[in-house]
Amino acid sequence: MTKLHVSTTINGDPFEFLCAPDETLLDVLRNRLGLTGAKEGCGTGDCGACSVTVNGRLVCSCLVLGAEAEGAEVTTIEGMADGDELHPLQRHFIDGAALQCGVCTPGILVAAKALLEKNPDPSDEELRYWLAGNLCRCTGYDKIIRAVQAAAAEMRGA
Amino acid sequence: MSLDEYTRREFKQVGTRVRRPDGVDKVTGRAMYGADATAPGMLTGRILRCPHAHARIKSIDVSAALALKGVKAVITGDDFAVPEDDFIRDVQENCMARGKALYDGHAVAAVAATDAAAAKAALKAIKIDYEVLPHVTDVDEAMKPGAPVVQAGRVQENVPKGYSENVTAHFEFGHGDMEAGFAKADKIIERSFKTAATHQGYIEPHACLASVTSDGKADLWCCTQGQFYVRTLCSSIMGMEASQLRVTASEIGGGFGGKTTVFIEPVALMLSKKAGRPVKIVMSRDEVFRATGPTVSSSSDVKIGMTKDGRITAGEATLRYQGGAFPCGTTEFGCSAAFAAYDLEAVRTYGWSVLTNRPKEAAYRAPGAPMAVYAVESVVDELCLELGLDPLETRLKNAARKGTKSSYGPTFPDIGLVATLEAAKAHPHYKAPLKPGQGRGLSCGFWFNFGGNTCVSLNVNTDGTVGITEGNPDIGGSRASISLMAAEELGIPYERIRTIVADTSSLGYNDVTDGSRVTFAVGLATIKAARDAIKKMSARAAKIWGIDPEAVEWKDGAAVPAGPNAGKFPPMSLAEIAAVSAETGGPIAGHYEVNADGAGVSFGVHLCDVEVDRETGATKVLRYTVFQDAGKAVHPDYVEGQMQGGAVQGIGWALNEEYIYGPDGRLQNPTFLDYRVPVASDLPMIETVILEIPNPGHPYGVRGVGETGIVPPLAALSNAVSHATGVRMTELPMSPPRVLKAIGGT
Amino acid sequence: MVKVLLWGSLRQATDGLTEVEIEATNFKQLLDRLGEAYPGLQPQIKRGVSMSLNGVIYREAWFTEIPPDSEVVLMPYMTGG
Repeated sequence: MTKLHVSTTINGDPFEFLCAPDETLLDVLRNRLGLTGAKEGCGTGDCGACSVTVNGRLVCSCLVLGAEAEGAEVTTIEGMADGDELHPLQRHFIDGAALQCGVCTPGILVAAKALLEKNPDPSDEELRYWLAGNLCRCTGYDKIIRAVQAAAAEMRGA
Repeated sequence: MSLDEYTRREFKQVGTRVRRPDGVDKVTGRAMYGADATAPGMLTGRILRCPHAHARIKSIDVSAALALKGVKAVITGDDFAVPEDDFIRDVQENCMARGKALYDGHAVAAVAATDAAAAKAALKAIKIDYEVLPHVTDVDEAMKPGAPVVQAGRVQENVPKGYSENVTAHFEFGHGDMEAGFAKADKIIERSFKTAATHQGYIEPHACLASVTSDGKADLWCCTQGQFYVRTLCSSIMGMEASQLRVTASEIGGGFGGKTTVFIEPVALMLSKKAGRPVKIVMSRDEVFRATGPTVSSSSDVKIGMTKDGRITAGEATLRYQGGAFPCGTTEFGCSAAFAAYDLEAVRTYGWSVLTNRPKEAAYRAPGAPMAVYAVESVVDELCLELGLDPLETRLKNAARKGTKSSYGPTFPDIGLVATLEAAKAHPHYKAPLKPGQGRGLSCGFWFNFGGNTCVSLNVNTDGTVGITEGNPDIGGSRASISLMAAEELGIPYERIRTIVADTSSLGYNDVTDGSRVTFAVGLATIKAARDAIKKMSARAAKIWGIDPEAVEWKDGAAVPAGPNAGKFPPMSLAEIAAVSAETGGPIAGHYEVNADGAGVSFGVHLCDVEVDRETGATKVLRYTVFQDAGKAVHPDYVEGQMQGGAVQGIGWALNEEYIYGPDGRLQNPTFLDYRVPVASDLPMIETVILEIPNPGHPYGVRGVGETGIVPPLAALSNAVSHATGVRMTELPMSPPRVLKAIGGT
Repeated sequence: MVKVLLWGSLRQATDGLTEVEIEATNFKQLLDRLGEAYPGLQPQIKRGVSMSLNGVIYREAWFTEIPPDSEVVLMPYMTGG
């Protein structure tokens, strides 16, 4: 199959890659660009472990084609911290023990950040419904909800 | 060995909520999981799986696959030598079928190719001639004489005659005169129950990277709960010496018991050996569901007698577990756990292990216990309801305690069940009012816990910091807990210690991360290794001071002369001793190796409130509280995390999760869309109450906490739904259609 | 002599007894002599057993001493998840 040439921006940096027309953005990120922070938990858009944003929109990168990244702005977990300064969400996840095995964590952080950009002060219920597409099997979500709320409060300056 | 007895102490660091050492890696995407590794010249491995529930493999033609461009190796079951040991042979045959495929999804061949597309094409080009055989997936059907036989010749000597050959083992536990016991009862209730098979549902699919070289050496990177056990299994299957196979455990994306064995690792090793290149295999979610370990599904009968004032006079349970196509290993634990919470004069449990055409069961948190305790706790609840008794008071009245002859034989030493029940009774949740249409459920739960083989090295660095090398993959924050215990013992700050998980060539054998053993056993070995290092550091200080080593004691992170006769020397800190270690005899390290016993059994009590939508049959969990004895919570956040995670997995098991088989014997729901695990919007906060009743078998009183939490939710939810609807629920999961049917809806 | 309590389904190998007496001072001796006295127990011993000694469960530990008048219970080999 002839490969496609794609120019894109990931976490603010320019990237170019070749990919097959049927190759997912997740496979491109992980296998071609070495960005293995996004995880494949299902490959069918059910678990959210591969969450990234494309032009500001939260997506499962296993359901997006690599070719769709042409000209787009993609952000992944690798771009969340500012150098060695963690994002408040990342800090509160560590401080609040909101991860156990940590494999769902990149996706949940990306999803939570996308929510707080739209809604800086979500109710627990809004937050739970927003994160309903991100499965976590270890924590029972309790500490995740608390950590996101703690980060949201800090980001609002509350 | 003698037990390492608990001594009471004031903790300075243990019990604090420190930051875990792998936290930054995990929130930035840097942590390396099973699928994240690469190797030069790496090939992509893929596995072909049988589309039938039961089929003889008449022939496999791989020639067309091998002829494709980019395909470097193809293997089938015939590439593996037949292991002599029965157990190893089962593990190997579960990884790849030989002669007969035993379940939908059973691996039958595998390929290694230069990329995923080539590997996929190669799988399509493999031609297999199957003779489809009759199949059986239901436990009760499989027990009947005349049922299709999954594997012949596997029946243990303890099985009475008259059953299908699928019945491989029979167990009986208990004591007392059953007839006399039931005769004393004012009320006897008998019920039958069914539970569906559920999957551990870890978010990370199995993944590994194998590299076998022509000189007979091999490296294996994989996500596993136990790299040493992977080495044992793979070296046996591959006919390799253990020393030549180095297994490195990646960060692990959940396991819950499901990553305590191998599925793809021997396949990747064989492909790598044949292709002469590294091979990586990553399972799809479909493969995880179809071919890795779910739990057993069960069918059971329970009969319990009670007096009017709430004393249980006799209890009997018959448990039938199907564990898939290979002999099941959890029935005996279901039998042992079923009535463990009760002090009974007459008790009997009977267990049957049954083969079916389903994937081989794997451990899942307290393997075998949840479905047994579910059935018993449901009947206890119904008796309380019928006799107008308070379910908590009734459990207190019958609770096992120190000196109780347990339902599985031994007399209990100090146990925490009564304290746990008292805590639940005192909690505001128990007295909180309910609205119409809502119900409250309660259940006890039990698990054994164990210790096991453990080996720890503790290295004192010359700058006064400490490195700990241990051998158990960290699934829920155990590196933090281990560092905390070392910090406590050594008297240095937690931040100066770094704990790493070693590969199999870097440390002696460690049992798998299972049995709730890590904080208990690795913690115990770490404390002992720290004491070994302290002894050596004290000897160095004694040498420097020119006094007897016995005249030195360790206090607040420093060697100090003990008593007035030892001389007057200022304390020498760990850092000061470490700085001159080269001059005083060389590097300082502490070690400890043990097969730890004395883990101490664990009890939990769960309370939950639900509301059932009578139109849809959907159950909403409104409030949930977990009470559990941790002995000593080393890192309370991660103890709470185990309790919350276990509870929510149990909620999923009770309400939605199930393996659904069609009449063709194929799994119908191998996706997270159709196999529905709890999501954030399904749940309330999960409140936790940690009790700390010290375990006499651990220096800090630690008890394992990982498994007990999944035992009580099944009955807690079922009792709550039964109260909310007024109809006794007897089958799990209580999915909306099943609840609707039970309450007479459509 | 040590009194050893067996689980119910093992009694077919012990002439119907669920409690047997064995001369043993440690776990290894106990297993060896149980197997000698009741060959029908050998398949189960080979598959694996644990020993509960005064309420504490031991998985292997050959040289665990069994003091006189101890409560000894044979149990299936413990595993976990």
